[in-house]
Amino acid sequence: MTDIKIRIENLYKIFGPKPKSVLAAVQDGMSKTELLEKHNHVLGLKDINIDIPARGISVIMGLSGSGKSTLIRHINRLIEPTAGKLLVDDDDVLSMSKSELIQFRRHKASMVFQKFGLHVHRTVAENVAYGLVVQGTAMNEAKSQSHKWLERVGLAGFENHYPSQLSGGMQQRVGLARALATDAEILLMDEAFSALDPLIRTDMQDVLLDLQEELHKTIVFITHDLDEALRIGDTIAILRDGAVIQQGEPQQIIMHPEDDYIFDFIKDINRGRVIKIGTLMAAPNNNVGPDIDRNMVLEDALQQVASSPTQECNVVDSVGTRIGSISLTQIVAGLARPDVEATPDARYR
Amino acid sequence: MEFFTEFPEMERGALRDLKKTIDQNFREFSREYGENIENFFDPLLWFLAWLQDLLVAAPWPLVILVIAGLAWLGSRSVKVVVGTILSFLAIGYFGMWEDTMATLAIISVATTVCIALGIPLGILMARSDRAQALVTPVLDVMQTIPAFVYLIPVVMLLGIGKVPGLIAVCIYAIPPIVRLTNLGIRLVEKEALEAADAFGANYSQRLLGVQLPLALPNIFAGVNQTIMMALSMVVIASMIGVAGLGVPVLRSISNQYLALGLMNGLAIVALAIIFDRVSQQYGERLQKHRKGINHD
Ligand SMILES: Nc1ncnc2c1ncn2[C@@H]1O[C@H](COP(=O)(O)OP(=O)(O)OP(=O)(O)O)[C@@H](O)[C@H]1O
Ligand SMILES: [Mg+2]
Repeated sequence: MTDIKIRIENLYKIFGPKPKSVLAAVQDGMSKTELLEKHNHVLGLKDINIDIPARGISVIMGLSGSGKSTLIRHINRLIEPTAGKLLVDDDDVLSMSKSELIQFRRHKASMVFQKFGLHVHRTVAENVAYGLVVQGTAMNEAKSQSHKWLERVGLAGFENHYPSQLSGGMQQRVGLARALATDAEILLMDEAFSALDPLIRTDMQDVLLDLQEELHKTIVFITHDLDEALRIGDTIAILRDGAVIQQGEPQQIIMHPEDDYIFDFIKDINRGRVIKIGTLMAAPNNNVGPDIDRNMVLEDALQQVASSPTQECNVVDSVGTRIGSISLTQIVAGLARPDVEATPDARYR
Repeated sequence: MEFFTEFPEMERGALRDLKKTIDQNFREFSREYGENIENFFDPLLWFLAWLQDLLVAAPWPLVILVIAGLAWLGSRSVKVVVGTILSFLAIGYFGMWEDTMATLAIISVATTVCIALGIPLGILMARSDRAQALVTPVLDVMQTIPAFVYLIPVVMLLGIGKVPGLIAVCIYAIPPIVRLTNLGIRLVEKEALEAADAFGANYSQRLLGVQLPLALPNIFAGVNQTIMMALSMVVIASMIGVAGLGVPVLRSISNQYLALGLMNGLAIVALAIIFDRVSQQYGERLQKHRKGINHD
């Protein structure tokens, strides 16, 4: 049982001059378009319920304008909700006073931004030390921490450069180091890698995964890129028009998209490189062939299963226990796109 | 028909009475409070006089050296420094040293006052839309009303002398610094501020650590403009007793002394150019971090 770090309950956000006055209408199910036309308010978030487990990477995904940035900014209350509850470690963030909130932001949650949000008038080292300086950490300590984290993200030697002298990828490393330096347990990343070239982006994902292996932070990661979500997410929640339409484990979402919107997201992925055989396997079948690991992706398993005399393999977990079996037919079926009409809830039409 | 050809103006006697009442009231106000207000400005007067005496009394080579040093610190440009030294040598040679020192003194004090009042006011305006809506029209009036017009109440209140002159200069010169401080802060990128908020910066950490440093180039442009406007006010202020380069200019207008007017006018121009170049290049250096890789 994983413990819950951040709990979001019935969260609503309406943008406009008098959000409270239209809240009831929204709670009764008024749509985003209708709200805009009738009341001239923008529906930001609608009845969000998400539990974010501790020490994992929770991805929140959605198209542009679906409310991702709005949602993540509620967690450190850069945006005030219109209604709802937000608990971090069972502390009610929404009832915090101004100074409690400042302490929360200084020590509990740090943030990485899509456009980096670096301070152009500070050097790289000063940027990384920023959170510590704001906390009131002694200069020497802040400096050595800043140096340490710059080294960790591979930017040793750039201390005295200014952000404008760095490439985008390097700037985001600075952003990441700045967020890590405060030692906060929660890391909020709003499309942190979206502004980067594909290769650099993969690099940065590796950096993040490496760090996470050691740091075990609770990371909330926003992206609009499914490949990225699948690569780094332990869980994924999908937002549309301010509402969560599906959440769960990545494999679950790929195999069982709940509606057309999600189907559109997943239809172009390379299923062979994403789906793991553990997701498709059947019950153990006495010694049908060679053992393969449950986390192997279909593309890699294909070769082995095809060359097995029975065209089947045993699936084993990380310690080698047989937990299931997989056949060539199952793999081929898994490679085919699921048929969305067959899914029960096709609201998207 | 007459209604349209003759403007239906206020009855003559009533208009006269209205003006009279306003004058009367203001005069009474001056009599009542003039002295207090004057006392209030005493430290300023003292400082102005002290600075002026200092500049005049100090050996001229030393003054030139200090000014050249300041020009170097500000501009880091040999050209500007050499130009400054040559200008001051010429000013001295043509007999305008004392007037120039007096002008320098009043410009320095006026600029200091404008910065000390203008930046906080600009910060306030940036912080509150209501303050902005309130102050902007006042600034508009201050900038557009003919300078002679507000000399009248100042002189009625404080008489003729250095302090009223200084106040007139300040009223005329303060709007740019207020406006540009406000603008500069409002133009600070939202992302930079959001980052400060997300890391738990409090109000003063936001203001001093992010807003003001990032607004500095604009604030500096405001300081530059304030200095320029103070300089251009020098001639007018000399009408009410401010010593400096404006006095001979006024004298040459009434007596048709072409050469005298021209020389003093050119001295003002020289000061303006020096101030402008030095402060502008200083402002540019403040922005060096904004340049990208290619501009290094
Ligand atoms: N301050 C605001 N005032 C009014 N509407 C807003 C405001 N901020 C966001 N919105 C609206 O809320 C919705 C969600 O915006 P949000 O920025 O959270 O989307 P997003 O999923 O982060 O998109 P992107 O991928 O483009 O960053 C949009 O329709 C947007 O127009
Ligand atoms: Mg966004």
